[in-house]
Amino acid sequence: MSPILRFIFLPFFLLTVGFAQAQLSIEITGAGANRIPVTIVDFPGDPTASRVITSTVRADLERSGLFKLVDHNNLAFDESAQINFGDWKGRGADALAAGSIARSADGRMEARFRLYDTQKGVSLGGAAYVTSNAQLRAAGHRIADFIYEKLTGEKGVFSTRIAYVVKARGQFLLQIADSDGQNAATALTSTEPIISPVWSPDGGRLAYVSFEKKKPVIYVHSLASGQRHIVANFKGSNSAPAWSPNGQKLAVVLSKDGFSQLYSVNADGSGLQRITSSSGIDTEPRYSADGSMIYFTSDRGGSPQVYQIGANGGDARRVTFEGSYNVSPRPSPDGKSLAFISRREGRFQLAVMDLATRQVQVVSDSYKDESPSFAPNSRMILIATEVGGRGVLSAVSSDGRIKQRLSVAAGDVREPAWGPYYP
Amino acid sequence: MKKLLIPALLSALLAACSTTPLPEDSGSAPVESRSGSSTGVAPVTAGGLDASGLPRELTDPKSKLSQRSIYFDLDKYEVKDEYKDLVAAHAKYLSANKGFKVLLQGNTDERGSREYNLSLGQKRAEAVKRSLTLLGVAESQIESVSLGEEKPKNPGHDESAWSENRRADILYKGADGRGEF
Repeated sequence: MSPILRFIFLPFFLLTVGFAQAQLSIEITGAGANRIPVTIVDFPGDPTASRVITSTVRADLERSGLFKLVDHNNLAFDESAQINFGDWKGRGADALAAGSIARSADGRMEARFRLYDTQKGVSLGGAAYVTSNAQLRAAGHRIADFIYEKLTGEKGVFSTRIAYVVKARGQFLLQIADSDGQNAATALTSTEPIISPVWSPDGGRLAYVSFEKKKPVIYVHSLASGQRHIVANFKGSNSAPAWSPNGQKLAVVLSKDGFSQLYSVNADGSGLQRITSSSGIDTEPRYSADGSMIYFTSDRGGSPQVYQIGANGGDARRVTFEGSYNVSPRPSPDGKSLAFISRREGRFQLAVMDLATRQVQVVSDSYKDESPSFAPNSRMILIATEVGGRGVLSAVSSDGRIKQRLSVAAGDVREPAWGPYYP
Repeated sequence: MKKLLIPALLSALLAACSTTPLPEDSGSAPVESRSGSSTGVAPVTAGGLDASGLPRELTDPKSKLSQRSIYFDLDKYEVKDEYKDLVAAHAKYLSANKGFKVLLQGNTDERGSREYNLSLGQKRAEAVKRSLTLLGVAESQIESVSLGEEKPKNPGHDESAWSENRRADILYKGADGRGEF
C-alpha cells in the first residue's frame, strides 16, 4: 500500500474496527519478589508521540512484574545527553532509558533511545525505530523488549500478539490483540462457537475449530488476507489442532474411525496419517519444542491423564499420575516444563511440571482454569478462567508469582493462544 | 569482489533486523512490517446454514419423532432404558425412509477441558449411533459428531442445568438436502 493510501485508509479502518471490537483491559494482581528499579525519562521531540511511546514502555515493564519504575520527575532528555549517573543511582534507579522522537522526511516518526547502567555508568546499547503515528505503541513495545532483554537476559514478549475468543451478544469473535490487550482486531465473526485457536510458528496464520457447519471442523486462516481453508472435515468431529514446530503439519483429533484419536495432516489438508490407536479418547495433542514427541490427553487408564508418544506414533508413556483429572498439556517452548490443567478437590487449576524432576506445582489461585498457552519466552502462561461468573484471561508466571488479568467489559473471553516472537 | 559482497549482504541483513545499533549505524529499522491495515488482520464473517422443509411427522409435537433428545447420567455414555422406545421409533423411521439422514450431536456439561468434553460428547453420540445401527439403520444414514460443552441447552451453572446439557440430539435432513443440518 502506498503511503498516501495508507494515510487515507487508516483512520477509516480504525473507526470501523472501533465498533466491532471488545477492548481487553489489564489488571496486575501480583509481582515478582526482586524487581529491577528502572527509570524511563520522557523523550524530547513531539510531545504526543513521546507520551505514547514512553507510557507504553513503562506500562510494559511494570506489567511484567520484573521491574519497579522509579519516578522520572517529568525530566526529558535524549539518547546522547550527558547522564549524571550518581544522581540517578541516588534516586534508586539501577537502569535508565533516554531517547528522542523526530519526524523523518516522509512524515513518519523516528524513535531513538539508549539504555544505561547507572551503577557502572555505562551504556547498555540503543536502537532506532521508524514508525507511522498509528504504530507508535509498537515502537514502544520494541523498546520495552530491548530493555527487558538487556536487564533480565531473556527475550521480551511485549511485541508479541495474542489470539482469543470473545462471546458477546450471541456472537463468537476470534480476536487478535497486542500482548497488552490493546489494538484488538476481529479475524472471524460467527454465530456458532469457535474454539482451540493455535498460531502457526511464523505468526501469520491461525488454525482453529469452528462449529459453523453444525459440527466441529478445523480451519487454517491467514490473518493478513482473511483467506481460510478447511484442513480437516471428515465424518464425525474434527478438533484440537496443533502445529508442528516447522509449520508444515498439524496434529489433529478426528472421530472418523469411532472415538477421538490423534492424526497428523499437512497444513493444506493432504497426507493424513493416524498417530494413536486406542480404544478410548485421545485428544489435545501438542508437539514438543523439538517436534520429536507429542503430549496428549487420554482416558486409556480409566481417567483423563497426560501421555506422550512419538510424533509418528509408537508406544505411549504416561506423564501425570497425581489425581483423577489432568488435561490440556502444553510443553514450554524451552522444553523444560509442561503446563496442564489439574482437578484438585473439584477445582480446575493450572499446574506446571518440571520435566527434569517430574515435580508438579499448582501455580494459579483460580478454580475454573482452562486452555493454558505459554509465552514464547516460556516465562508466562496465559489461561482462561472465571472471575465473578465472567470468562477472563489470566497470565501467570511459571513460578506462580506474577499474575495479570485481562477482561472485556461486555462479554466472556476464552480460548487464549499466545503468538510467537515478532518476526 | 567476494570480500566486498559479504559485508554488503551482512549490512543488508542487519538492516532487515528489528534492532539497529546506535550510533554506529545511522539507518533505522521500520516497525510496520505487518502489511495492510494497522493490525494486519482482515475481518471475516462465517456463513451459516438454513434449516427447513422436513415432513410433519418429524416436527409435529404430537409425533414421537419430534422428540429428538436423549439425556445421559454424569460420566455415563450408555443410552438409558427410558429412551429405548424413542431410539426404536427413529430407527424405524430411518429404515423406512432411506433417503433421510441424521446428524447425532453429543453434548456435555461445562466442567473441565473444552477439547476433552468434545471427545466425551462424541462418546454419547457414538452410543446413540450404535443403538440405531443395531436396530438396522444403515451407517451411511448416520453421522455422529460432538458439540462438547459449546452449545448448552441450559446456560446455568448448577446440577439442573448440567443434567439438561448431558445430552445427544438427533437432527434430520431429507433426500432433497433440506433439513436441520
